[in-house]
Amino acid sequence: MSQAHVVTPTPTVPTISVRELAPWALLFGLLAVLTIFFVSADQGAVSIPAGNAIHEWVHDGRHLMGFPCH
Amino acid sequence: MTPRTFLVNGLLAGLVAAIAAFVVAYTVGEPQIDTAIGLEEAASATAGDGHSHDHAEGDEAAHTHSHGDEGTSVSREHQATFGLATAILALSLAYGGVLGLIAAFATGRLGRLTAAGSTAVVSLVAFVAYALVPFLKYPATPPAVGSGDTIGERTALYFGFVLVSVVVAAAAVVLAVKLLPRLGGYGAIVSGAAAYIAVMLVAGGLFSTVNEVGDFPADVLWFFRRDSLLTVATTWGVLGVVLTGLVLRSQNQAAAAASKREAALAL
Repeated sequence: MSQAHVVTPTPTVPTISVRELAPWALLFGLLAVLTIFFVSADQGAVSIPAGNAIHEWVHDGRHLMGFPCH
Repeated sequence: MTPRTFLVNGLLAGLVAAIAAFVVAYTVGEPQIDTAIGLEEAASATAGDGHSHDHAEGDEAAHTHSHGDEGTSVSREHQATFGLATAILALSLAYGGVLGLIAAFATGRLGRLTAAGSTAVVSLVAFVAYALVPFLKYPATPPAVGSGDTIGERTALYFGFVLVSVVVAAAAVVLAVKLLPRLGGYGAIVSGAAAYIAVMLVAGGLFSTVNEVGDFPADVLWFFRRDSLLTVATTWGVLGVVLTGLVLRSQNQAAAAASKREAALAL
């Protein structure tokens, strides 16, 4: 168990491989981007669906969380 | 620890952050929105230009705040309570989950930091890059500030700047990690932070400035922006602190399980 010749210390914290992380990142990333879009920008610059119901409902949150609202 | 551990911790932290941010937004932010809407209505009542605002007459005007010509209108009472809560909860959960997964990726990849340590770093960088720096360039605006004609341009500028800031921050962290063996922790962090600041100063100069404040009262504008920043900082602050705490707990549990396995093998 001699470690005297080891130059760089081996990382003590195990990493999570990109391969293992990718499906989680992809699925939740997509869900998060959609959520952020509907709360922060929908029915302002772009309207999907048309109307202003979503904009009206999240209106105050959009202003206070720092997004351009109208 | 698995990606699932981090995602669940992130969502839990998002839930706690949402509760805290809602309390702040409701108590300090809402009065400023009400003041701004009052000013907006007073202005459109005297000017009578009716630009895309369909406010009802008389008493009703105090309770509705509607934009656009289509009829859906949500009462001020609902906007300030359930609407505000929906918006903050949805954003917080999205931020929390993404932050958790970024922390999962960062674990073991930021020098010799433990999982909890790298989670704290990721939370701080995320707040600065995603929220604080974009706020300095494009601060939140209260109702009555901002023309409906420029919403497309302002939205593109805002999200473009957020994207640039986040990409530059990620690159700065990678740079710091690369410099770590040569410069050590202090030198690497200062270099990474300096690189981020330098690039963002240039980007801030290149992105056009938005100023549609007009004659909106300076005090209400400042109060609104201060309280908006307070809400955003509460979201990210609580998110970072709770997520770091939860990751620390998971890390300790994993270490305890590992030492138990070792003890069992030694028998």
